[in-house]
Amino acid sequence: MFCEKSIELIRELQRMRDGQLPAFNEDAVRQVLEEMKALYEQNQGDVNEAKTEGKSELIPSIKLRHCCLLRNQRCVAAYLYDRLLRIRALRWEYGSVLPPNIRFHMCAEELQWFNQYKKSLANFMRSVGGEEGLDITQDMKPPKSLYIEVRCLKDHGEFEIDDGTIILLKKNSQHFLPRWKCEQLIRQGVLEHVLS
Amino acid sequence: MSDALSDGGSDHDDSQEDVMTPVELIAKLEEAWLNEKFSPDLLENKSEIVECVMEQLTHMEANLQRVSKGDTKASVHRMEIDRIRFVLSSYLRSRLQKIEKFFPHVLEKEKSRADGDPSYLSPEEYAFAREYLANTETYLKAVALRHMPPNLQSVNMMKAVPEPCLDSFVFLRVKERQDNIMVEPETDDQREYVVDLEEGSQHLMRYRTIAPLVSTGAVQLI
Repeated sequence: MFCEKSIELIRELQRMRDGQLPAFNEDAVRQVLEEMKALYEQNQGDVNEAKTEGKSELIPSIKLRHCCLLRNQRCVAAYLYDRLLRIRALRWEYGSVLPPNIRFHMCAEELQWFNQYKKSLANFMRSVGGEEGLDITQDMKPPKSLYIEVRCLKDHGEFEIDDGTIILLKKNSQHFLPRWKCEQLIRQGVLEHVLS
Repeated sequence: MSDALSDGGSDHDDSQEDVMTPVELIAKLEEAWLNEKFSPDLLENKSEIVECVMEQLTHMEANLQRVSKGDTKASVHRMEIDRIRFVLSSYLRSRLQKIEKFFPHVLEKEKSRADGDPSYLSPEEYAFAREYLANTETYLKAVALRHMPPNLQSVNMMKAVPEPCLDSFVFLRVKERQDNIMVEPETDDQREYVVDLEEGSQHLMRYRTIAPLVSTGAVQLI
């Protein structure tokens, strides 16, 4: 059956929960592209035959193949685009450096796209009103209190807070820190917000 | 909040065409923020507000540096800065999200806008949207499209990317009384009818019907 592989690609993403990025299915994408090539070549042959020899009975099968081609194109584009949206979400979640296990699931072109997206976003944030710009990936939740209690989940080394004090983030140590400084570390899994 | 805002903020207001107190400025920002958050479509950009608020934030930060440590007033001001920064970031974020979601349509709308009309995108947002479009097109081409048959090597982005749904319903509060707002029929056996919107009343309506009122500021989305 035509288009089976491309439906498989779509299903694969649908099965994943939002925000999860499965490994890039290069194999299936290649197979879809090969099927498209074959369909196109068959169509070319049939179109020539229909034209030169006036075989109008070939037209329905040409049409069918063309529909399959369009469907394949649409499915592959949807697969790729949906992955981009997931990758985009990762930029907001993890910051500009992705953990290696996620990078491993991306193809080279996706990494390129990610780097370019990162650059565009950084340019945008830098040019927002005034000289310094504004990091809009911070302050994701409305501030409730100024300082929060956090626990260190892994060794992170020294960390400087606004007034110049340097604290050592050691595994299992607990700190009382300004919320706006540790938001990203919490998202990266270095710190954990302790709710009392 | 008002004294941290007004410290040093006043000398900047003079240079502006319409004089705005910091309190009014923040109210404007919150209005723009809520409208942007609840409208399905991208609204006009408010870069003057963003710039003014950024300036205010810088001033407030600078003022805070002068306050001695351990002052209770300082932490109240710090909190206020945090809140304003959250609103500002959230506002810019929701705009950016819409730009990413509807990028071909947003760019098309910007292109087809008549000279003199206010632009929807700020220059930074425009640059971002263009880069996003180019980046995504390059990517699709590199991975799949260039391997496809010659007649299928392009995707019509305008058709492929969904349009903002202007028919979705929004909650709104009326700030200036409006007469004779035309409401489209919902079902076949209904006729179109007009409603008057009283000041201070709240309604649930289709966004398309009241979109012009949002941009003039006559209603506030809630």
